[in-house]
Amino acid sequence: MFKLLKYALYDILKSRFAIIYTVFLALVAISIYQVSDDLSKVSLSLMNIMILFIPLISAVFATTHFYNNLEFIELMLAQPVKRIHVISSQLLAVIIMLSLSLILGFGLPMILWGADSSLLTLLAVGVILSTVFTGFAFWASVLSRDKAKAIGLSLALWIYFSLVYDGLVLYIIYSFADYPLEKTTLALVMLNPVDLGRILMLMQLDISALMGYTGAFFQQFFSSGSGVSVAIGSLALWILIPTISTARVFNKRDF
Amino acid sequence: MISVKNISKKFGKLQVLKEFNLEFELGNSYALMGPNGSGKTTLIKTILGMVIPDSGDITVASQSIKGDVTYRKQIGYMPQIGHYPSNMKIGQLFSMMKDMRPEIKTYDLDLMEAFGLEEMKEKALGTLSGGTRQKVSAALAFLFNPEILILDEPTAGLDPIAVELFKAKIKKEREKGKLILITSHILSDLEELTNRAVYIYEGEVFFSDTIEELKEITGESKFSPAIARLMEWTLKKKSTNPQLSHV
Repeated sequence: MFKLLKYALYDILKSRFAIIYTVFLALVAISIYQVSDDLSKVSLSLMNIMILFIPLISAVFATTHFYNNLEFIELMLAQPVKRIHVISSQLLAVIIMLSLSLILGFGLPMILWGADSSLLTLLAVGVILSTVFTGFAFWASVLSRDKAKAIGLSLALWIYFSLVYDGLVLYIIYSFADYPLEKTTLALVMLNPVDLGRILMLMQLDISALMGYTGAFFQQFFSSGSGVSVAIGSLALWILIPTISTARVFNKRDF
Repeated sequence: MISVKNISKKFGKLQVLKEFNLEFELGNSYALMGPNGSGKTTLIKTILGMVIPDSGDITVASQSIKGDVTYRKQIGYMPQIGHYPSNMKIGQLFSMMKDMRPEIKTYDLDLMEAFGLEEMKEKALGTLSGGTRQKVSAALAFLFNPEILILDEPTAGLDPIAVELFKAKIKKEREKGKLILITSHILSDLEELTNRAVYIYEGEVFFSDTIEELKEITGESKFSPAIARLMEWTLKKKSTNPQLSHV
């Protein structure tokens, strides 16, 4: 397992993509730090960019990486190594690379110009979103035999969680505006990792006061110990469901 | 050494292997033949665990391969088309494969030397020609001195000098009493390298016995016409020759 991870990491960290991605993230962070001195504004702007792009880049990169490494995977399957070790080393290598790029790219400007707890939450949410969408991308890749189909499926999942889902939630809220909806919205937030990450971030900032009664309810929920554990629990589920499904499909797949 | 018991495999609607039964014993060298798409490569990949059968079981050294990976240490596999990570160098590939089996310390470098792969260590695998790629596959299959050698179309794409070197190596390993499984469409190679013939037709074993027996049954004195006769029989209605099944 560790040997497989070593070779997978060596291959991925050497790639040009890792460097370009880190530099891109660093440039984004530096430019936003230049615009504003207020740390909460910085973290809000960084969050808006991160919530949109990190899942997209993770999904596309993880799918292409899986198909580019299919040869390596096939070679390993004829060797005395377990299938679960082959797929988990590939998955972990992508997650480690994406997280390292994010931590370096966003982290170095933070060290230079200062950070608060909201920026640290931002990094954590970024790592979690990278993991979730890498999981989705691998799942799409093992399900289909065609690279284009797999990328399409990953992108569809990204569009659903980043754009379509919010539209659905808004529609529900407006349609049932006469009823108390705090608990329903809370449940709906748990069903989307992107929204969950966003809310966790917003709770760190003062602007939750702008969200009215629901905002106050959220603030109360996420500041309680049980609320935080429910949020962490559902994020853990969002990580586990795609990765476990990936492993299950991969174990039965023919090469 | 390897016994294949009642293996069935479907790809979508296509039944590739039907209740497949076969025994491979140590010390024998098998020629695996059959028309394109008859299930030869699927059989090999099933033995290696790359394709998972719908039903049935395979045992290697009387141990079931289900949920086991250590049995692959005894197998050297040369694929029909070698897929290797394209940005890796030949030298890196070999050191990685050695790293995967750390308990094996002595390596069989005959083919590496014969094919001159040592001098090409720094070449990236993605830039290799088809023939050189085959040489890499061959050298990897023999590297760990395995008991079982599975060679899928080993001589396709190799130049005549390399073919002769390779055949000499296979003969040498055969004399050591290893189990060798070769699929090929080049009958002269098979006649030279094997003592038993297995003919697969539409996912079933049509013939499996010694080459002498094959010649006797078909009434031909040479290998190629005997195989041609076998192919003719498969094309006619199979049920008319039930006595042919020597399984």
